This record gives sequence, C-alpha cells and structure tokens, in this order.
Amino acid sequence: MDALDRVVKPKTKRAKRFLEKREPKLKENTKNAMLIKGGNANLTVTEVLKDIYAVKKPFAVLYKKKNITRPFEDQTSLEFFSKKSDCSLFMFGSHNKKRPNNLIIGRMFDYHVLDMIELGIEKFVSLKDIKNSKCPEGTKPMLIFAGDVFDVNEEYRRLKSLLIDFFRGPSVPSIRLAGLEYVLHFTAVDGKIYMRSYKVLLKKSGCKIPRIELEEMGPSLDLVMRRTHLASDDHYKKSLKQPKALKPKKKKNISHDVFGTTYGRIHMQKQDLGKLQTRKMKGLRKRPAEKSAEDSGISPKKSK
Amino acid sequence: MAAVRVEEVLAAADEQEAEKRRSVTVEKELELEFDLGNLLALDRNPPPAAGLRGAGPRREALLRALARDNAQLLVARLWELPAERAGGAGGPLVAQLPEPTFRLPREKPPPRPRPPTRWEQFARLKGIRRRKKTSLVWDEQAKEWRRRWGYQRAGGDPARAWVAEVPEGADPEEDQFARLRREKRERVARNELNRLRNLARAHRAAATIPAAPLHPTGHQSREELGHVARVARVSTASLGRFQPRLPKEPAEPPSRSGGRKRRFEPLLGNLAAERSRQLEMLRDMGSKKPVLDITRAVNKQLRQEEAEAAAAKGKKKQSQRGKRGRRQQRVGRSGKKSGARRQQQRPASSSTGGGKRKKA
Repeated sequence: MDALDRVVKPKTKRAKRFLEKREPKLKENTKNAMLIKGGNANLTVTEVLKDIYAVKKPFAVLYKKKNITRPFEDQTSLEFFSKKSDCSLFMFGSHNKKRPNNLIIGRMFDYHVLDMIELGIEKFVSLKDIKNSKCPEGTKPMLIFAGDVFDVNEEYRRLKSLLIDFFRGPSVPSIRLAGLEYVLHFTAVDGKIYMRSYKVLLKKSGCKIPRIELEEMGPSLDLVMRRTHLASDDHYKKSLKQPKALKPKKKKNISHDVFGTTYGRIHMQKQDLGKLQTRKMKGLRKRPAEKSAEDSGISPKKSK
Repeated sequence: MAAVRVEEVLAAADEQEAEKRRSVTVEKELELEFDLGNLLALDRNPPPAAGLRGAGPRREALLRALARDNAQLLVARLWELPAERAGGAGGPLVAQLPEPTFRLPREKPPPRPRPPTRWEQFARLKGIRRRKKTSLVWDEQAKEWRRRWGYQRAGGDPARAWVAEVPEGADPEEDQFARLRREKRERVARNELNRLRNLARAHRAAATIPAAPLHPTGHQSREELGHVARVARVSTASLGRFQPRLPKEPAEPPSRSGGRKRRFEPLLGNLAAERSRQLEMLRDMGSKKPVLDITRAVNKQLRQEEAEAAAAKGKKKQSQRGKRGRRQQRVGRSGKKSGARRQQQRPASSSTGGGKRKKA
C-alpha cells in the first residue's frame, strides 16, 4: 500500500514524505528504540535509560513521563506507542519489591511485540560516574559477545540477537578505520551477563595492524535474566524472511576455482566449417615440404 | 659463507617481523566468528568463571583483558579489509565493509505489490501502453512554452474563461458556465468513486489472503478463531466438502458473493423436496416440543449483552486487571447469571408442555 493508496490521500508533500518513511520497504530504515519508564521507576532505572539514550542517539526516543503499564500482561499500550513513534525496539524500566531494578528489552514486528526479555540490573556504573573523555555521539559500536552460553541456550541466543539488533546502529557500506572508537563487550558467565563499554585507543605497533588499548568509558551493567516472552518459531521465521528482490543477483556462466582463477563460458552457434575463411590464416597454408610431397604424388600423371 | 650470511639475514628479518606481530597477535582456543558488516565478533570460548566470580577490581581487570583480546582480533580483521583513501591522497583511510551476515528480523513485513486496477487490467489485455507526455506545451497565444497543467498553464486559467460556446445541439437558454462547472464536478466525483472502488477491491483481495493467520497465543479473539476455523475447513483436497461438522454447527454452502445476494429456490421443480418440507412443517406444528430452542436464544442474547457490557467496563479497568483478569471475570459472571435464568425458563417451557417439573 502506497502513501497514495489510502482512502484519505495526503494533501501536502510533507505528509506524503512522512507516510512514505513509515511504510514497509524493501530496504528498511534503521530501527528506532523507545525508552519508557514504568509507573514506579526508581533512580537507577532512570539513569540506565538516560545512558542508553545517549548511546543510541539519534535513533532513540526517551519518554519523559511515567507510563503505568505491565508489558508482560498487556502489550497494547506498547504497540500503540510503537505505531505512533515508528519505533520497533523498546526498553521499559520499572522497579518493585518482587522485581527490583527491572529492565524489559524487546522488539516489534509489524507493530506487534515479537520478543521481550526481562533483565534485572544488579550493578550499574553510569556515564557520568566514570570521569574520562567519551567518544562522539552516534559512533557505530563494535559488538563482542563472549561466552559459549550465547550459543547453547535458546533464550541467550535470542538475547544475543536482540542486543545486536538494539545496539547495531545504521548499516553502512564503508567505515573510516580511525573512527572505530567504541566497543560494547557482553560476557555471559555464571548466569550473569556483564555489559561493558570501552573506548578504543589505537597504538602504534611495528606492523600495519595497530595495537589496541581499551579504556573503560560508558555505561557498565551487570544483568540477570528473569522472565522472557519469545515469539514462536514460525512467527520468528516469518519476521526473518527477506524479500527475494534483496538477494544478490547471481551472474551466470562465470565460475571460480580454488586458485582464484575466473572461468567464463561462451555459448556459440553451430559453425558451418565449409565457409571458414582459411586463405587469410597463415598457419593453415601448405608448407613447401607438403607441397613438394603432393607434387611428387600427382606428378606421374603430369610428367608425361 | 655468503649463503650462510644470507640465511642469517633472512632469519633475523623473520624474527623481527614475528616480534612486531607479537604485539598484535592473540592466542585463543577456538577461533572467533566475525560478521564484519555489523562490526560483530562472537567468542565461543568459555570465559574463566573462577576469576569472574569475586566482585571488585579484579573482575573488572579480567573483563577488560578479555575485551582487549577480542577487540584486537576484530580490529585486525577490519584492517585486512580492502581500504582506500577517501577524498584524495590526504583523506582518511576508509574500508569497504561487506554485507552483514547475521540474520536479524525485519521491522515490518516486506511490501506486497498492489493488485492492478480495472483500467490497468484492461490496458494489459488490449496491449495499450503509456505514452510519455511532454511536460511543456507550446502556447500559440502567448508564443512560448507553458506547462501542460497547473500554474500558468498553456490554455489559460479555465476559471477565468470569459467565453463558453453553445454547442450545436444544445438548448440556447442553458447556462453554459454552469454546465461546465457541473460537468467538472461530476468528473471529479466519478474519478474519486473509481479510485475508492479500486482501493476496496485491492483491500478485499488482500483480506482474503490471511497474511498473519493467527496471532501468537494469548491474543486470539473469537472472530479471529472463527475465521481461521473456516479457512482451515476449506483447505482440504476436496475444498471442505467432506469435512465432518460439529453437532451444532450449521451446514452452509460457501456463497461466492459473501452473503450479499438472496437466493431463492425455483417455484416448480423439486417435488420430493417440497413434499418433505410440507410434511416436516406439519410435524412441527403437531408436536408438543417448541421448535425455537428458547434456552439457546436467550443464552445467545445474554452473551451478547454481557459482551457489550464487559467491553464498555473492560476499557475502564483494562490497565489494572489485564487480559487474564478479564477472562476470569467473564467466565465467572456468565456462569452465574445465565445458569439462574436457564433454570427459570425450564419450568415455563415444561408447564406449557404439561410435563414433569425437572430440577437441574
């Protein structure tokens, strides 16, 4: 459905651009995140949301007011917000006696909740608590996941996918190598997930590849996984489906071998060998030796 | 002698190279997995659990060392990518990133092509193709190139036309300006109507394809379940003709017009059916049992009323109760009320029949 295929067509170009930005496309926009406070959010949770907003700017929206909802019971208000602000990722912070310092991180598909994972914040060090220079806003971070749990456990696998989706940033075709400044490192050990952010310092080493030194910078969180609401397998597979038009077109008749040689195939029509031009091909001309052999062969007739 | 010295020199050079590389090499048990398009590295090695258990600066130091090693490997890979200097010789070094390989779910489903409109179908059938029109037209009066339509168009502003010729067969008393205005209004209205009709057709076509057949568990509504049940019935090899029905499910043939047209039986035709129908009618008139199942009708009415009341009340209390609470409420209420009323109806119906009183 186009922007112009609606019952009420947009009357201004600006409205049309607004609708076109939100409609489903082949190549999608960068995912926006909405950071929401629950009815009883405390200082820790608010600080966490503010820091994550600083990391994810400008692809995030931080809601200032508290919203009294329970994402695990009723997802309608989250879906409403997602539709209004066109955000497909969300982070909901709340605090109560049973679940202290609670953070629900989730994503949407087609404005309906796909996955939601509840994490408890055990320790939090904020951006302003660590006093050193920070990297500029909007830097694309390098993401590193350490720990075999991230592959073995199904819930951790979804959490890994969610975190990559959340912190990935815009998809770019090329990067400036000196601008690789931000690293987000997630370690899963002993049922806990440690998230640390470091600033990268490139030091001279003897060879082309620089030596890396890390400096602790941004927000660092110690998380514990609580409840999860994961999409069923077929729903998840449906959301992973990419349209065929995005698949890279395969070039026919070109093949490569192990050594890097490229082979091409040419298909020719059937040649009429009788009409081959042989007079101008030096190689096909009779050599003097052959000619003399022929002469001697037919000479008995002629010698008369 | 010379050969030995050459070998020595080469060995020394190798040593130096190795020395340099030592500062950037990292030893790992299992190789990391890289997705350079996303600047992502996945380390499968189990981290040293013993060291990380004790809280404090030791843990931070261990985590930082681990992060440093992994980051070094990732940066080494990134530096190996084909790079060039952007913007001339003095510009920054820029590397070409490959396509991201890690599969992440989409934000919205891929766009569906809209079905062709009535005109587009006709044009395709007839082989009519679009002719590209020039955007500027030569205006004889103004002797210059003017737009085809819009501001300062070629034929002059139609709103300011001060002459309207009376066509040949027309009534001389008729107001031509009014006629032109009326015809324009009619054209616009017809255009709008056709556009809405095309939209409705496209919408109907999209609705018949159940794109998301069933919402994930916990979100299904009664209508959704009914619709899906209907679709499931028809998805057999014989298109649902031999599917067994539930005891009280009505047997209805699928109507192509979606229930809009009324269909009547022919007046004369099936004599056997007419006979059986008349006999059935006589039987029902003579029998003591009422044809209309009053209990069912009343329950249906009650359920409808309750649903309306619950919807009105539920909107108010939705945030507090949540979906589970709402379901429990409905079940509880409907059980009590209709049970009491059902008992009321039973004596009434049985008294008309003159039968025994049944206590449920």
